[in-house]
Parts: sequence; C-alpha cells; structure tokens
Amino acid sequence: MDEESQGERVKSLLPVLTVVGAILLFWVVSVVPMNMHLTADLAQRQDIVVTPDTPVARQDYSGIGLALRNTHLFGMTYTLERPRLPSPHQVAVEMWDTIAMKKVTSRRSLVYHGWVTLSATLLGFAIGTGLGILLAVGIVYNRAMDMSVMPWAIASQTIPILALAPMIIVMLGSIGIQGLFPKAVISAYLSFFPVVVGMVKGLRSPDAMQLDLLRTYYASPSQAFWKLRLPASVPYLFASLKIGISASLVGAIVAELPTGARAGFGARMLVGDQYGQPMVTWAALFAAAITAAALVGFFSLIERWTLRRMGMHAA
Amino acid sequence: MNSTISAIGLNLTFQTNDGPVHALKDVNLEINKGDFVSFIGPSGCGKTTFLRCIAGLEQPTGGGITVNGMTPEEARMARAYGYVFQAAGLYPWRTIGGNIKLPLEIMGFSKAEQAERVGRVLELVDLAGFEKKFPWQLSGGMQQRASIARALAFDADILLMDEPFGALDEIVRDHLNEQLLQLWARTEKTIGFVTHSIPEAVYLSTKIVVMSPRPGRITDVIDSPLPKERPLDIRDSAEFIAVAHRVRDGLRAGHVDD
Repeated sequence: MDEESQGERVKSLLPVLTVVGAILLFWVVSVVPMNMHLTADLAQRQDIVVTPDTPVARQDYSGIGLALRNTHLFGMTYTLERPRLPSPHQVAVEMWDTIAMKKVTSRRSLVYHGWVTLSATLLGFAIGTGLGILLAVGIVYNRAMDMSVMPWAIASQTIPILALAPMIIVMLGSIGIQGLFPKAVISAYLSFFPVVVGMVKGLRSPDAMQLDLLRTYYASPSQAFWKLRLPASVPYLFASLKIGISASLVGAIVAELPTGARAGFGARMLVGDQYGQPMVTWAALFAAAITAAALVGFFSLIERWTLRRMGMHAA
Repeated sequence: MNSTISAIGLNLTFQTNDGPVHALKDVNLEINKGDFVSFIGPSGCGKTTFLRCIAGLEQPTGGGITVNGMTPEEARMARAYGYVFQAAGLYPWRTIGGNIKLPLEIMGFSKAEQAERVGRVLELVDLAGFEKKFPWQLSGGMQQRASIARALAFDADILLMDEPFGALDEIVRDHLNEQLLQLWARTEKTIGFVTHSIPEAVYLSTKIVVMSPRPGRITDVIDSPLPKERPLDIRDSAEFIAVAHRVRDGLRAGHVDD
C-alpha cells in the first residue's frame, strides 16, 4: 500500500473514532444515573450517608436527580456486581474473562457459545443463499414462478420471526430434528430473501441490446445465463450476501431464545437476563455484534477482491 | 442471382397500446455481396427495424426476406452476422480480448484459434496491445472499435451496424469512418449501416437507401458514383455534393406526407 492511501486511511479513521468516542462517553456518563438507585441502596447498607435516606423517598427522584444529591457515590455506580447498566470496562472485563481466559471447550467460554451460534448461522446462510439463488433463477426464467414466488417471499418476511421461530423449532422437534438444523432453518428463512431480491435484479440487469447481441451469435439460453446474466449479477449478489449474513446471525440468535437452548449467544443473553448477570448479557451482545461485523467485513473483502479481478469497482 | 440480402414486399406492424404501428411498408431491396449499404432517414422511418429484420431479431408480419438464400433465422444459426450497436456494449467484467472471445466461445472455437483471431482482429481495428485492458480503461471511440473487432472475429460475411458512431464526436467519427472504409476494403464484407448523418452515408456507401417514416418505407435507392478509394477530402468534390443533394431531396420528399 502506498503512502497516499495510507494517509487517506488515517484521515477516514478520525471521524470513525470521534463517533465511537462520543458513544462511549454517552455510555460512561449514563452509567451514573442508571445505576444510582441500586448504588444508593447498597451504600446505605454499608453505612454511607445517602440523601434522601429511605428507598421509598428515593423512588420519587429520577436517576439524574438522585445522582446530583449524592455525588460522592459516583465511583460506586461503576463497580456494582449487578448493575442495571454495566460500564464499558465491566463489559470488557467480562469479555476478556470469557473469551481469552477460558478454554474454548468450556461452557463458560464465549468462544464456545460463539461457535455454536456461528455454525448454525453459516449452515443457515448457505441454505438461504442457495435457495435464494435457485428461486431467483426460477423467477427470471419461469413466468409462472415470476408471478407466484415473489408475493410469497415478501409475505414470508412480514411475519415476525419471534413468533415464527418457536413454531419452527417445536414442529421440527416433534419429527425428531433438533440442535443445529432448526436454528439453521430460521437463519435461512431470514437470509434467503435479500438474496432472491438482489439476484432477480442482478440476473435481469443486462439490457435488451446485450441480449440481442447474444441472439445474433445464436447463443443458447444456458450460454446467455453463464456468460451474461450470472456475471452481470455478481455485484448485486455481494450486496445481498452482506445483508443476508447479518440476517442469518440474527436468525440463529433469535432461534436460541425461545427454546431454552443451552449454548449459543442467544442462550447467554437469556441466562444473563434470567439470573441477573447483566455483564453476561452485554458481553454476549457485544460478541454477537463483533461477529456480525467480522462476517460482513469478510464478505466486503471477498467482494472487493472479486470485483477487482472482474475489472469492476466495488460499490 | 448474386444478391446476399433480398427483401420482397416486406411489411412489419407492431401492436402497441396506442394501436398498430406500421414500422415497415412494402420494402423491396436487393443488397449484393460486398456492398456497403447505408440506411438513412429520420427517427421512426424503420431503418433500425429493417436492420433487425435482416438479422432475424424482428419477425416481419408480411413479405419475405432471404439472406444468402436462407431465412434470417437460418442465417443467424449459420453465424452470418456481425452486429454492432450504437453502444459498444462490452462486458465490463471481461478484458478487451475476453470480450472479443465471447462470440468465439459461444461458437465453440478452440482456445488456440480464439487467441489467434483476437490478435488478428485487434490488429484490424488498430487496437493491438489493448487485449488485456478492461473496457473502462479505453475511450469511447476505442470501445466502439473493440466492439467492431468483436463483430469481425468469427468471420461473418455480413456486418450490420446500427448507428455505431452516433454517440461519438465529429473528429473521432471522421477517423473511424476512414478506418471502416479501409476495413471494408480489406475484408470485403457486406455492410449494412444505419445512420442519421448525410455526409457519413455518402462518404461510406456504395448504395444509399433513403427512408421515410409513418409508415416506414424506402423513398430512394442511390447507387453511389464515387470511386472505391475515398480520401476524406472527397467530401468537397462535386460528385459527393451531388449525391448528398439527392439524399437530402429524398429525405425532404419523405417529409411532405407529414
């Protein structure tokens, strides 16, 4: 990489860091009022003076109001064991503990849970993408499918996945299918749609002139598909894949929530919630977000590489 | 009969939402092997439609057309046409060489033959050395030359060109016209050329077909008296101007009906 583009990179990094910094600052500041009531209760039990001095009286105050009267408790709001809003460093410590300090095979390792969710995500994404491409080809080449499939595909996405996920899991469970596959089905359910929409548009992107040109060569329909329609759809496919992979991850997590799954990001979020361990929930949330960003980033890289090799520029 | 393309009583009516449109009416035309035929007329006169009928891209609703004694469909199957559109229409994901290989791949030429032909036609259109470049790296005129090379690559004996230089500026256009004439002289192809420009039609053609709209029909067919050897300054000669006059008169006559 030459120096100039490196300079560009540093320049574009600054606004990104500014935004991240602003969000972090907002978070850090919010911790005080969010946790103030809990902190005040705890401080009183440790014989620290708190105003006002009864929990009932304190309920009349907002978090900010209470914080302003008890500035000496600010420090404590950042170190609660079960805060309403954990501070960034608490989440970071939890993540360090569960990602770096545990063996990846341990049930307390976030890497282990991450892999459980990721494997369902990837399987579901593969199924969803394959299905999406097949449906798109069918829609483009078959008039009956063109008329019939798209409305159903759109309708499928209007059903809240939270309502549908337990039904799919229970139904598949009743015919003896458990574990990875039902979660992958829900991932696929969310990820096929952007692929269908993108690929239909992509396969139809060649204009009449380009199709006429192939007719003058007496090209067969399959030659038109492989040499024109498919390559023309590649940029559209990548846009869809990036949406599809993040939808897949959401699908896999949602699939873990209603069924009492014992492993996976979804299970960790649920456990943290049910057992009053907010750091566990937050760590799982962040790990999921980082995983999603990594997956999308990975596809962006492949996109850039592929389009460059194809002589096109990444959008 | 030595005519390559022969249209007899050709009619074509498009059914549109606004009722039928008579795109071609009673078109009779003989094009001989090695002719350079220009079709000129205002938009809607059916010149592009006629070119598309020759290539079998449109089905006439009446009359008949034969190409090398076959139907256009059969001629297309026999790969008789190289077609050049107004836009170069190169695939952005293929190099210039890859674009020229496209028809060759479709027609099943061997790899070695493909490479040999790509080199040869790039030489013909003066683009040697650009084989590995992508279309976006070339100017508009160069892209159009590449698309002509693509049409030449499989040795079709008929080259159909639908306003190929319409989107290019005058200077580039003059240059490409000159090159096209040289190319035609070297390859001895039969060329059908659609244009809006009177000088372009007169400069290039051995036969000029003047058409008029509503319904699309032929109002005049001019066999050019100009010699085969045509430097650019032939356009200042009396003969050239006389032919251009006759074309203009034909175009004007077609407009009286409006």
